[in-house]
Amino acid sequence: MQHIAVIDYGMGNLRSVSKALETVSNGVPVEVTSDPERILSASHVVFPGQGAIRSCLAEVQRLGLTDVIRQVAAEKPFLGICIGMQLLMTHSDENGGVDGLNLFAGHVHHFDMNAAPHLKVPHMGWNQVHQTISHPLWKNIELDSRFYFVHSYYVKPNDDKVIAATTEYPAKFTSALYKDNIFAVQFHPEKSHHAGLQLLKNFVNWDGQP
Amino acid sequence: MGLAKRIIPCLDVDNGRVVKGVQFVDIRDAGDPVEVAKRYNEQGADEITFLDIRATHDNRDTMEHLVEAVASQVFIPLTVGGGIRTVEDVRRMLNAGADKVGINSAAVANPEFVREATEKFGSQCIVVAIDAKCVSAEGEPKRWEIFTHGGRKPTGIDAIEWAKKMVDFGAGELLLTSMDKDGTKSGFDLELTRAVSDAVTVPVIASGGVGKLQDLTDGVKIGRADAVLAASIFHFGEHTVEEAKRQMASQGIEVRL
Repeated sequence: MQHIAVIDYGMGNLRSVSKALETVSNGVPVEVTSDPERILSASHVVFPGQGAIRSCLAEVQRLGLTDVIRQVAAEKPFLGICIGMQLLMTHSDENGGVDGLNLFAGHVHHFDMNAAPHLKVPHMGWNQVHQTISHPLWKNIELDSRFYFVHSYYVKPNDDKVIAATTEYPAKFTSALYKDNIFAVQFHPEKSHHAGLQLLKNFVNWDGQP
Repeated sequence: MGLAKRIIPCLDVDNGRVVKGVQFVDIRDAGDPVEVAKRYNEQGADEITFLDIRATHDNRDTMEHLVEAVASQVFIPLTVGGGIRTVEDVRRMLNAGADKVGINSAAVANPEFVREATEKFGSQCIVVAIDAKCVSAEGEPKRWEIFTHGGRKPTGIDAIEWAKKMVDFGAGELLLTSMDKDGTKSGFDLELTRAVSDAVTVPVIASGGVGKLQDLTDGVKIGRADAVLAASIFHFGEHTVEEAKRQMASQGIEVRL
């Protein structure tokens, strides 16, 4: 039986991601792993992450996972979550500037603190996700459902055609991206109760066709 | 429409059970933490906070197992606080399944600990808990100082200045408890909440004093809190989280229903 791999590069709480996936995987095993072999042989790959982007990228590189991620992102259903989404971009402004994996052309920026009076950053809590396309991962999820966010940086793709959802804080930003077999979200589906579990279920059942 | 204001039930835990002390004295048993957490999750709680009120070594092991048990069944954010003193304590709680860890007395003893923890794990998972008490005399402009050890130990540190400093050190969120109000059921200290919320750029959770649903609404509307925390009004079945949200929504506050 094939398995679902959750890429473990030592950053953040992967237990919640794996427990949530197990809840919806219909018995398909979920492995939290940094072993290239186990990642390459998985049917589905989840790329999570939290914390500072520079340390995240450094750990991915130290574990020799850069090419492995590129390879699975080219051929398997692949889900990026939070920093796992931001790392797919060309470049992030965080930590003085960090180059990402460039699977999506675009940048990662800090929220503009002057966009509204008393704006609080991190953007933390339940916000609405406005689906901009129809996609298998949005199946059975109501438009504008609330998901749990916690982040200070957001992605800005060069091409609007890869945007799968937007959210407002207070300006509109990209909260989900897609391209072929890749889907990536800024929010935490593993912490977003019913809507989040539904998205993970959709991912587990996804064949990678947009 | 946009970001919802959060309601966070708080579970004070001692020896593996949920308890709630009224001004830290009268302890009543309120049940099994996993069951209580599941109930709040079903009622629509936006997050759940566990506070280890004993914070002894043995109790911390119990907390770790408890967090593991809750995190494998409840898929909303979990915060754990009480007795977090080292980077290793933070790591253990995060690995057990906590999303955020609250630091209180240890931040006062060594503010660098907050910086160290946020650099290691990210600001998003470090909540600094501030226990403040009003120290100004009547007629004077309001002034609050922070207290540690469950409100017993004064520190002489100004609460607003401390809040700003903790944000500079990397705190991603502040949990602000009024020691004057805690356990009184007379509502939040709204002046304190507003003063802190206006002084910092990170989310502020108001805590201490909720006795009725309107208190929660006031915390957001008057105190400008980003989230409100309460324990006893939910524990003993007086109100559900959903009732609280409906009440807030009826007064124009955006909530997740």
